[in-house]
Amino acid sequence: MTSSNHVQPNRLQNGGRIDRSQPVTFEYNNKTYPGFVGDTLASAMLANGIDVVGRSFKYSRPRGIIAAGADEPNAVLQLGATEATQVPNVRATQQELFHGLVAKSTNGWPSTDNDLMSYVGKVGGRMMPPGFYYKTFMYPQSLWDTYEGFIRKAAGLGRSPVENDPDIYDQINHHCDVMVVGAGPAGLSAALAAARTGARVILADEQAEFGGMLLHSDELIDGQPAQQWVSRVVGELVGLENVTLLPRSTVNGYHDHNFLTIHERRTDHLGDLAPKGQVRQRMHRVRAAWVVLASGAIERPLVYANNDVPGCMLASAVSTYIKRYAVVPGNQLVLMTTNDQGYQAALDWHDAGRKVVAIVDTRAEPTGACVLEAQRRGIELIKGSAVIEAKGSKRVNGVSVAAINASGERVTGNIRSLFCDTLASAGGWSPAVHLSCHTGSRPEWREDVQAFVPGKTVQKQLTAGAINGSYRLSACLEEGVRQGVLAAANAGFGQQSDDIVEIPSVDGEVEQTAPMALFHVPHTKPTSRAPKQFVDYQTDVTAAGIELATREGFESIEHVKRYTAMGFGTDQGKLGNINGMAIAAKSMNKSIPETGTTIFRPNYTPITFGAIAGRNCGELFDPKRYSAMHRWHVENGAKFEDVGQWKRPWYFPKPGESMQDALNRECLATRESVGILDASTLGKIDIQGKDAREFLGRVYTNAWAKLGVGKCRYGLMCGEDGMVFDDGVTACLAENHFVMTTTTGGAARVLEWLELYHQTEWPELEVYFNTVTDQWSTLTISGPNSRKLLSELTDDIDLSGDNFKFMDWREGTVAGVPARVFRISFTGELSFEVNVQSNYGMQVWEKVFEAGKKYNLTPYGTETMHILRAEKGFIIAGQDTDGSVTPMDLGMGWCVANNKPFSYIGKRGMAREDCVKPNRKQLVGLKTKDPQKVIPEGSQAVADPNQPIPMTMLGHVTSSYYSACLGHSIAMGFVRGGLDKMGESVYYPQADGSVIEAEICSPIFLDPKGERQNV
Amino acid sequence: MFLIYCPHCEEHREEEEFHAKGQAHIARPLDPDNCTDEEWAQFLYFRDNPRGLHHELWVHASGCRKFFNITRDTQSYEIKETYKVGEQPGVTAAKSA
Repeated sequence: MTSSNHVQPNRLQNGGRIDRSQPVTFEYNNKTYPGFVGDTLASAMLANGIDVVGRSFKYSRPRGIIAAGADEPNAVLQLGATEATQVPNVRATQQELFHGLVAKSTNGWPSTDNDLMSYVGKVGGRMMPPGFYYKTFMYPQSLWDTYEGFIRKAAGLGRSPVENDPDIYDQINHHCDVMVVGAGPAGLSAALAAARTGARVILADEQAEFGGMLLHSDELIDGQPAQQWVSRVVGELVGLENVTLLPRSTVNGYHDHNFLTIHERRTDHLGDLAPKGQVRQRMHRVRAAWVVLASGAIERPLVYANNDVPGCMLASAVSTYIKRYAVVPGNQLVLMTTNDQGYQAALDWHDAGRKVVAIVDTRAEPTGACVLEAQRRGIELIKGSAVIEAKGSKRVNGVSVAAINASGERVTGNIRSLFCDTLASAGGWSPAVHLSCHTGSRPEWREDVQAFVPGKTVQKQLTAGAINGSYRLSACLEEGVRQGVLAAANAGFGQQSDDIVEIPSVDGEVEQTAPMALFHVPHTKPTSRAPKQFVDYQTDVTAAGIELATREGFESIEHVKRYTAMGFGTDQGKLGNINGMAIAAKSMNKSIPETGTTIFRPNYTPITFGAIAGRNCGELFDPKRYSAMHRWHVENGAKFEDVGQWKRPWYFPKPGESMQDALNRECLATRESVGILDASTLGKIDIQGKDAREFLGRVYTNAWAKLGVGKCRYGLMCGEDGMVFDDGVTACLAENHFVMTTTTGGAARVLEWLELYHQTEWPELEVYFNTVTDQWSTLTISGPNSRKLLSELTDDIDLSGDNFKFMDWREGTVAGVPARVFRISFTGELSFEVNVQSNYGMQVWEKVFEAGKKYNLTPYGTETMHILRAEKGFIIAGQDTDGSVTPMDLGMGWCVANNKPFSYIGKRGMAREDCVKPNRKQLVGLKTKDPQKVIPEGSQAVADPNQPIPMTMLGHVTSSYYSACLGHSIAMGFVRGGLDKMGESVYYPQADGSVIEAEICSPIFLDPKGERQNV
Repeated sequence: MFLIYCPHCEEHREEEEFHAKGQAHIARPLDPDNCTDEEWAQFLYFRDNPRGLHHELWVHASGCRKFFNITRDTQSYEIKETYKVGEQPGVTAAKSA
């Protein structure tokens, strides 16, 4: 049974497009089966007589393969031979077979063949109406996690791998003049016609081979078998330099401005892993001047009782399996059809040498040429009737046939039972309007073809072939040529005439007679009592469920969709949507156009995360920014933290030190002698122009008119709403030249903010901005010994307190390198920020360390920087502000100049009624009663910890640390009216039930008079 | 994803290079200090949300860093025109009505 030499019971001896010289084996649910190169996984499974491929989502009913393409709802499998190569959500109908392929069914617990959940389905069919999950699992909310786990396990639509994908995926951008979607007869002729004008053409098709339905057609084009015409056209296209052919490429999304995303599976057909050095999948991002959609049509199954029993298939899929893969998926066929095309499946089945039990035509008097073909083969034709019910559980073993009335609304005759193992149904065709829908174009109903076709286009888009409801081959070829020529002409190529490509002729094409509109096959019982009639297989939506939804008052088709989950599966309801809408329409006594259709969205078929990510993963996920001294930090054991894209040293632990040990040491060393911080990541914006000073005065809240050359000033930046959003020190380099520093994370935003105001509000000001963040390395040397240390490294800057005052800057050389030295302080200590050209950064850093040994120069990172500044009550914009605080809320009214002539940004905003009212949340210092206790940041402040929940919250903690210098914890936070509550207690209830009490105090914990920095 | 013509670079470029900055032609009041709270709130917070033509401010963030305006149909996402700051739109709801 498991041997690879096992006979494939449903494989024909001859025919098909499979390569019989390349036999392969594959594994499905731990059994090994044979197949051939050229098979899909689905065709190989059918060849081996595998009936059950999954369990249904809600009722856990056994399901088999229904379709042969992207529309397959049931055979959605898990692929992968190893954990790392697991791929969920693969349609067996679209996966080419390769040697060693390993597939598993995803539904079914404990197994697909023997599923416990099916008893729920059997016993409790009526226990699971639409909205079942909404109705059942709503309460209590606390149990939702339990419910969700249960639902997911029961649904089991595959799983993600838990190891890294070893394959490479990539992306490519294209521009083209004409993008043709679909390489069936219409797409091939469109591509050829457009390509011959010299236009750049891309032709994409989801299948391995171009040709679409022509690959299994018996028709003749220009007197030759259709397959020869395909070869000839593809051959010409391959030879044209202006043409890009993309087989195995699904156009998955049609986005704004003719932007299309195409998912190409380059090596999925070769093995579990891509061959070494090759890409597994590629996402093509195409910007097209014009698009021709030739995406064809999808056959509709008929909706009858038990239409989901394995063995129930689409008629066109049966033909495809027989003709293209030499697989007859059963022995005795009953075909039910509403139209002439459906007959082909029975004719092919008969010609393959197997038994056609009967053709059941729902039309009272079918007269097409196909009827004669059936009669010629001696196939029984049952007219004016329908298969109202299929029999069997894991495989069809018979059907019930009965006469129906002309409108197909009720059963009019006695039931006749037929034995068979396969029931093909042909309910007409639904054009694949999905991509057209992606653009926002609403499909329109066409009564003559009983289908929705693309409506008014909103893009530079044309359509050709079956997507237009043109099902005859001659029409597909003609539309293809015409639209290909038109698209090229619209894009500026060729003449808009027919003579560039002759329209191929189709010999002996037979006229099709009118199909019958039948979306729901009647049963002797009312729909609600009849066995389940499935509309959407993947989400287990039945005709009865849709009728119930409309009875419960869901009138909009969009609401019916959401309530029943119709079309919510990974197949987006490709098979069932139109039937479902028609059933809903009828149930509400409306027409189909009145009811309308739901809209398809990208992606057409599921796409792997690998293809979406492309190369943007691992090291390439996001750029990393390093300062010039990064190597030193690494070599000296720094722990890093991410600040924006920057990797900043967080702290420098010595062997055996805990983080807190390291912070304590770094803080004490800085306060007692000297520490150094790599501050290169601060944003730096060079500002020049005669109006630069005026501009600064407008964007900062404080005054800039009198800042002299050689001086620095701290500034606060607010939005028009008066709320602080950034801060930093700006130095006056020359009368018309300043350099502004911003927060590390805010640099790009601040630059854009300055440009915004300059370009849109004050273009008359002569001022220019440029980022110089990357051009400078910044070494912040801080501590009582910083002057001594720096004096050993410079001989042209007078560092004395009298000549180089606090908030001055000087130009000179440091360690032999040109430098700008700013005497500014974020630690409260005597402090110098040395700025040198970036490429000198490392050299200067190392020189500073050589000289600094005797002062125990200690490197510190961002965490110590945070502690040191918090000891001084300095804010960090973005940590102690959140877009809702004014300078006054921060106790920084000293940084607001209200006598400036120009109404600077933020002035009017912070004067609004709500911003000036008393009792706003204000930033204060917090001293815990237990000096060792550090309040977690984010803790909420309350006045009374015994108040019942919900308590009145007064504010929250924004910054909180243990201060080694002070020997106790320190914190800053917002407290409502806090500036007037000095000395009062406030409480911070914790998640564990404990409460931390703190006293409100000034946020300046250390050196309130600023004596340390003014030496 | 949009294809946007930058009126400064004079080229069509991908949307990834641009940032949308909201409704265009929101002028900062010339005398903010004499605005009522209500007038200031109008300037700060109130924006149109039209179904149809909308004039928007964009910036060519990773290109020339210039701000400019786009007239865009919010239903079809069609860009009708792009024009420089200080210029008036050629396509307006009044004109196309």
